[in-house]
Amino acid sequence: MADTQNTDAFVEFERVQKSYDGENLVVKDLNLFMPKGEFLTMLGPSGSGKTTCLMMLAGFETATHGDIRLDGTSINNIPPHKRGIGMVFQNYALFPHMTVAENLAFPLEVRKIGKSDREAKVKRALDMVQMGAFGGRRPAQLSGGQQQRIALARALVFEPELVLMDEPLGALDKQLRETLQFEITRLAHDLGITVVYVTHDQTEALTMSDRVAVFDDGRIQQLAPPDQLYEAPENSFVAQFIGENNTLEGVVKEMRGDSCLVELDGGEVIACKPINVSKPGERTRVSIRPERVEYNKDRLQEGAHTLKAEVLEFIYMGDIFRTRLRVAGNDDFVIKTRNAPDVERLKPGSQIEIGWLPEDCRALDA
Amino acid sequence: MTSTTDTNVPLEGPTPDDGLRAAEQSGPMLAADGTPLKRSLAKALRREKMRALMLIAPLLLFVLITFIAPIGDMLLRSVRNDIVSNTLPETVEQLASWDSTQQELPDEDTWTALYIDLVLAEEQKLHTRLGSRLNYELTGASSLFRKTGRAVGRFDTDVYTDQFTELDESWENAATWVNMFSESDVADALPLTARTWERWADYLESEGDVPAEEDVEDFLFTALYKDLTREGVDVSGLSDRLQQAAAAVPEFETVSLVEQFEDADEDWLDPAIMQTIQTYSPRYTSGYFLNAVDAQLTADGVSARPENERIYGILFKRTIFMSLTITLSCIILGYPVAWILANLPTRSANLLMILVLLPFWTSLLVRTSAWKVMLQQQGVINDTLVWLGLVADDARLVMINNQFGTIVAMTHILLPFMILPMYSVMQTIPPSYLRAAKSLGATNWTAFWRVYFPQSVPGIGAGSILVFILSIGYYITPEIVGGTTGTFISNRIAYHISSSLNWGLAAALGTILLAVVLILYWAYDKIVGIDNVKLG
Repeated sequence: MADTQNTDAFVEFERVQKSYDGENLVVKDLNLFMPKGEFLTMLGPSGSGKTTCLMMLAGFETATHGDIRLDGTSINNIPPHKRGIGMVFQNYALFPHMTVAENLAFPLEVRKIGKSDREAKVKRALDMVQMGAFGGRRPAQLSGGQQQRIALARALVFEPELVLMDEPLGALDKQLRETLQFEITRLAHDLGITVVYVTHDQTEALTMSDRVAVFDDGRIQQLAPPDQLYEAPENSFVAQFIGENNTLEGVVKEMRGDSCLVELDGGEVIACKPINVSKPGERTRVSIRPERVEYNKDRLQEGAHTLKAEVLEFIYMGDIFRTRLRVAGNDDFVIKTRNAPDVERLKPGSQIEIGWLPEDCRALDA
Repeated sequence: MTSTTDTNVPLEGPTPDDGLRAAEQSGPMLAADGTPLKRSLAKALRREKMRALMLIAPLLLFVLITFIAPIGDMLLRSVRNDIVSNTLPETVEQLASWDSTQQELPDEDTWTALYIDLVLAEEQKLHTRLGSRLNYELTGASSLFRKTGRAVGRFDTDVYTDQFTELDESWENAATWVNMFSESDVADALPLTARTWERWADYLESEGDVPAEEDVEDFLFTALYKDLTREGVDVSGLSDRLQQAAAAVPEFETVSLVEQFEDADEDWLDPAIMQTIQTYSPRYTSGYFLNAVDAQLTADGVSARPENERIYGILFKRTIFMSLTITLSCIILGYPVAWILANLPTRSANLLMILVLLPFWTSLLVRTSAWKVMLQQQGVINDTLVWLGLVADDARLVMINNQFGTIVAMTHILLPFMILPMYSVMQTIPPSYLRAAKSLGATNWTAFWRVYFPQSVPGIGAGSILVFILSIGYYITPEIVGGTTGTFISNRIAYHISSSLNWGLAAALGTILLAVVLILYWAYDKIVGIDNVKLG
């Protein structure tokens, strides 16, 4: 991306590379720009380079090549403590020998803010995370969720414009995680801060972010708002990584503008939306979301494509039914249906016909 | 937005614990079978405890028998003083009523008692040991006792022997004495003679001799004479031989025992020796401890030793000062090493760790001797400095046989004991703390000093306790490189154990050393908290 394009960018990575051993690149040619106030999540499997990117932004790692800019100025040579970036760590990193209030006062103290001012700010930050009554406690006396709230308050108390969060909810149980997810997004929007959030939990990424950057193999595979990422994955890694996905493999037979015909390995020919296939003869992976597959003939929409399928397994999950089918030689084809009174519960062994709209069926790279 | 999931909001309605809480309020909690829960728990755990005890029993017994018991016995020697009252029982009894402050010699009865005690002691070869013991308190006592011991058998007390045998030949016969003391009223009438005879007979029997077959010695006749001339002696109803003797004794020729002692050694005329015996006659004494703190027990009570005789105070102060210096140098030298070790990748850290542990694979003596080679005036360091022209050849630095040498050598030897606990504590401090501090705006130094250092204090504490306690009792290194100014109290203790044989003083010094360590440990616990000490 060219500089001129991103004059309004707050955080900017330009052609950033990182190598630890001089032989392998952990981050390969990273380009990213974020406007002020955005909540951006870096999502990816472990080892995909997302944490390294965060650490380079925080200043704990130096980029081997490229430029990282904050509010227009290059920060490559600015030490971490002068960057003014708030950070929340996975293990909270609350200083165990200080009370909660002392932990919060620490960033203010090192900034030489007066005592009365300091106390007011600490109190406001504690109230912000509903921990006003816990100022005198030691971190060890708090539960994991409480500690994470304090860590959050500490990262916000000196009013940074950019806050980095490195898998902050990784160590918490599911229910607490959901509560805090909501709280973090609310705080971020209320305070108007820019957040870079690293996680490997896709639900977290989808529910919290304005935009999600999916990392794999040291590159951003796709950078898009959550709905686009889910509904319009640009390659098969993103399609596989985000949400549940059915994959059918085949060869492109014919390109027809905004649609194409794919001959599956089982011999069936289906119409798909071409995403990153360009010419006939290319191998492709066709991706269909489980909830876009319909088996009730009455509900099949006009123009839907149908295939034969055999029911292999029916799983009752409460709010939804998850049914595993054999479709075109693929035993792991899953469909999901809402648990409603009029929905038929499929029996294993029965032969059915399934269908979907060609727009929901995306032909991706093999 | 409320969250009840992680704050302690009391639950409403009954919970499973309510029943237990109710039981707690109404009395002790009961187990299912109605016995108190505490008791059934103790019962359930007893087997486990017994098994644990069995597992440690061999080591426990070994330590108790070979370590704790001898040390306890050794420490008791610092107050035990029964040698005086065991060797000189009659004298001690006589001296109890003597007013030593009058600067007058005790009366003749006391000298008689001393004569009897000394003859018996000389027979048993105990008088030299007593002399050595009293010599710790009064210089010259040892030779005085040895000299008197040689003379005491030749005192002119045979005067009494001759006069008694003149009255009745059978006095010469030991069997007469055996028979005489088989009657209990004789012992009542002649207490000193009875006690003396008993001690004599016990000694002979312990040597495998039969008292009835031995010669009757002069001191027995002396005791008999003393008893018969005692005021209010009542021999009525006793044997004719005794009645005859009792009637004759007022006319007996007498011997002044104080003069006999004077003949043996004129030092006996100085009241100091009797004062010393009196002062040290109790079975337990504070004398050794007073000695260990540069004070002494005199007839007038406790007093400080003269300025030029005080050494232990200086030695204790020096020991503590040097141990603190060594501990401090170990902290200063060890902290950066431990830091590097804790922050290096595992492979390099292991290599460095081997280097830290390397000294443990070499003998302590070798390492200390190496320092001797390094530090002496013709040694490697001085040679190098002279060669470089930094030091003139005739002004070589004195770095050994003084405090400097001891501090250098001991810092080197004890350094691993500082590094290891610091390393193991630092290893547990996640690097994210430092990162967090820096991200919050702290400079490298502030992040270290405010965040990292406080968390590494337990390691410093553990290392310091270890090094300080090890160094305060160190012996070999100061002995070899310490000279006269660099020795520790332990060297003095060793001297008293193996050279001067004043074990009581050595035990007192050792006890004080132990107490000092315990007090410092207690103070450390109060100030830093022993919970803060981590070895890993």
